[in-house]
Amino acid sequence: MAKLNINGKVRDVQVEAGTPLLWVIREQVGLTGTKYGCGVAQCGACSVHLNGEVVRSCSIPVGGVKATDKIVTIEGLSAASSHPVQKAWAELDVPQCGYCQSGQIMAAAALLRKNPKPSDGDIDAAMTNICRCGTYQRIRAAVHMAADMAKKA
Amino acid sequence: MKKRIIKATNLSRRKFIVGSAAAGGGLALGFNLPFIGTAEAASAAKTGTEVNAWVVVRPDDTCVIRIARSEMGQGTETGLAQLVAEELECNWKKVVAEWVAPGQNLARKRIWGDMATGGSRGIRGSQDYVRRGGATARVMLLQAAADQWKVPVGELSVENGVITHGPSGRKITYGKVAAAAAKLTPPDPKSIKLKDPKDWKIAGKPIKRLDTAMKLNGSLVYAIDLKLPGMLNAAVKACPVFGGKLVSYDEAKISGMPGVRRIVKVHDNAVAVVADTWWHAKSALEAMPIAWNDGSGASQSSATIAERLREGLTATNEPFASWQDGGDALKTIAGAAKKVEAIYATPFLAHATMEPNNCTARVTADRAEVWVPTQSAEAALAVTSEESGLPLEKCEVHKHVLGGGFGRRGGTQDYTRQAVAIAKQFPGVPIKMIWSREEDMAHDFYRPISQCKLSAGLDESGKLVGMHIRLSGQSINAYLNPGAIKDGRDVRQLQGLYKEPGDAQFGYTVPNLLVEYAMRNTHVPVGPWRGVNTNQNGVYLECFMDEVARAAGKDPLEFRRELMAKHPKHLAVLNAAAEKAEYGKPLPAGVYRGIAQFMGYASYSAAVAEVSVSGEGKVKVHRIVIAIDCGHAVNPQQIAAQVEGSVVYGLSATFYGECTVKNGCIAESNFHDYRMLRLAEMPKVETVIVPSYDFWGGVGEPTICVVAPSVMNAIYAATGKPVRSLPLKNVKLA
Repeated sequence: MAKLNINGKVRDVQVEAGTPLLWVIREQVGLTGTKYGCGVAQCGACSVHLNGEVVRSCSIPVGGVKATDKIVTIEGLSAASSHPVQKAWAELDVPQCGYCQSGQIMAAAALLRKNPKPSDGDIDAAMTNICRCGTYQRIRAAVHMAADMAKKA
Repeated sequence: MKKRIIKATNLSRRKFIVGSAAAGGGLALGFNLPFIGTAEAASAAKTGTEVNAWVVVRPDDTCVIRIARSEMGQGTETGLAQLVAEELECNWKKVVAEWVAPGQNLARKRIWGDMATGGSRGIRGSQDYVRRGGATARVMLLQAAADQWKVPVGELSVENGVITHGPSGRKITYGKVAAAAAKLTPPDPKSIKLKDPKDWKIAGKPIKRLDTAMKLNGSLVYAIDLKLPGMLNAAVKACPVFGGKLVSYDEAKISGMPGVRRIVKVHDNAVAVVADTWWHAKSALEAMPIAWNDGSGASQSSATIAERLREGLTATNEPFASWQDGGDALKTIAGAAKKVEAIYATPFLAHATMEPNNCTARVTADRAEVWVPTQSAEAALAVTSEESGLPLEKCEVHKHVLGGGFGRRGGTQDYTRQAVAIAKQFPGVPIKMIWSREEDMAHDFYRPISQCKLSAGLDESGKLVGMHIRLSGQSINAYLNPGAIKDGRDVRQLQGLYKEPGDAQFGYTVPNLLVEYAMRNTHVPVGPWRGVNTNQNGVYLECFMDEVARAAGKDPLEFRRELMAKHPKHLAVLNAAAEKAEYGKPLPAGVYRGIAQFMGYASYSAAVAEVSVSGEGKVKVHRIVIAIDCGHAVNPQQIAAQVEGSVVYGLSATFYGECTVKNGCIAESNFHDYRMLRLAEMPKVETVIVPSYDFWGGVGEPTICVVAPSVMNAIYAATGKPVRSLPLKNVKLA
């Protein structure tokens, strides 16, 4: 049994302590925007925010997450896809298959929260999620665009 | 041009009388089957009126455009909708796409044609009949308005879905006349004239994709996300050695584990744990001891396979797939003033789609359904029918957006078959089977392994007088489509080196040329892999061209140009890439250029890469300019997206991609040892679209074949040493 604060809502989940947060989010809570890609914290498709930091939820046992910890998934990032990252992603038609994009968007949002005007080098260092379709060029441009949007807003 | 691309196994051929030509040609456009049945008619206000198979119009003027091909990120859905909308003359802002299921297609005598999506044929293979579908619907909608107003149809015009009667100024929208249009007899197909692409307003434009919004907020339901009432989850493991069998498993060891419902055999080579959640199923499966009979494959390794391929490079007296030009290439080379020879090699590669293979199946006594990411919905239907034992008409495939395809999820549908095999042991219960990443890596249809020996002869002036290309490696057809192999000769492995124009033609004129393929198969399953065969063959030919150019004392670009006069389209893209990259202009110190050109999937590609190699031998790709002539360019910004993506897919393979065989299994298991390019390594990609508007070429795959050789040639320029095998992680450059 665990108590989790996901997207501002506290939920009780019946699950073994060793279960990765990813699978609790997907299978117990039913939020499937967070994806399984590798299970070994390599690809980042499972990225969520834990107290504002981007984490790879496939490698975090739920037993280590406290009820006071704030988890945000792609579904809770914004109302109506209004986060600057989501808007920039739409503007530049970033996604191809889209499977990794929840994780990419969560990683970008976490980057911009800490560093509102990231350089290319900052983006290189922070955006380590794998995209097999190869959308990296547009991701980079969209992160810059989102930074500009947030500044203007 | 038509038969080179495999899409389905023989299995689907048995079930359907397919063949892409038959599907396109026999397509019953103008078949107009308006809704029958009261329930459907009653909901027409919501769902709209089907004007014909491709177009449904709602009362609010929304035009629903039906899409038969699969969408896996390549943008085909948007491109096909653009083509239909262009001819329909509807309002693009009111277009929505709707997918058709293969069961519906079958029930309507395959009115939507071939649903397979591979070989970069999504657009080029259906452009003609989908445009005709849009045009036919337009004619019917206009006729309905003419009938209503009792005026000659010739007095009407239409723009953005608004029909205008010029003489009276009356206007009416598509939504108002759709019901009447649906009742009309469709016009004679011969009377349908398609627009000149020069007049396109929707097609040919860099408009945004239709399917982005749901990919930004987690709401798009991929097959792996599906939830059905009463659903159970399955984790599966097949014998890691290809061809091996399941002997036994120790169920007792996991009987107390949480959530586990039952352990079931899956065919003769795999076992599945079915549990309440997938995490429970996977955890239990990993804890369960399993005994395998590895079979003869266990004796195989990368070394034994390399040895077999090496033998094929010099073998004689066997039926090679081959062609020649001019006189005796071997004698010419032997007698030439200067001789160049090199052997190249490329490895097996896994697809590693971001969404691992998965399929949800539900089988009852008289119905079998699957929910699946598939590039070949009709093959999935055939597999579902075969495996469930139910006739096709009692089966259905619910297509989902694929989290990547790249050729993995085509005609074989092995994972769909597994899911149905599991689900039929749980009648009425939906079973979601997901492969772990490790299972996905272990049971792919890998890009075929090959080696290539090339020899060339130069005369005293450095002119190329002869060339011999001997390819040795595994055949996709031998594994998936043996019927395509004639007398032991499999032409398909020579993609990109074909004599014939149209699909994947060799782009040079060599006075004495011999091209040969020696088939050397292994126990490892192989299949299509984004740009397959042109990727490997592009490396071999284009890297060798640089070696020969250097031996001739010529600039690689000039050397190629001299041999390309009879291949103007190949030459045009090479020139376009060179021009955009400012080929002659000096680069910053330490940065070197490499070029390549090649043809595949009916399009012409060329690249100029700018690369530096550090003192420690670390390679950095700074910039790649890629030019493509795909004939007609339906959505330039999506073509650019595919080019950018092909660079990433190509560079992952160039730097890191390698599946090694150890004791008969693939040794690599996940992204830690099967590395991918990451954003920090992404070069600046510039796309030059050079459309020549007189053919229809592919887009998803063609450009990948010039990525690796352009980078390898730049490394050669930087270090003075040719790179002859991939991936680069194994090559010592310092």
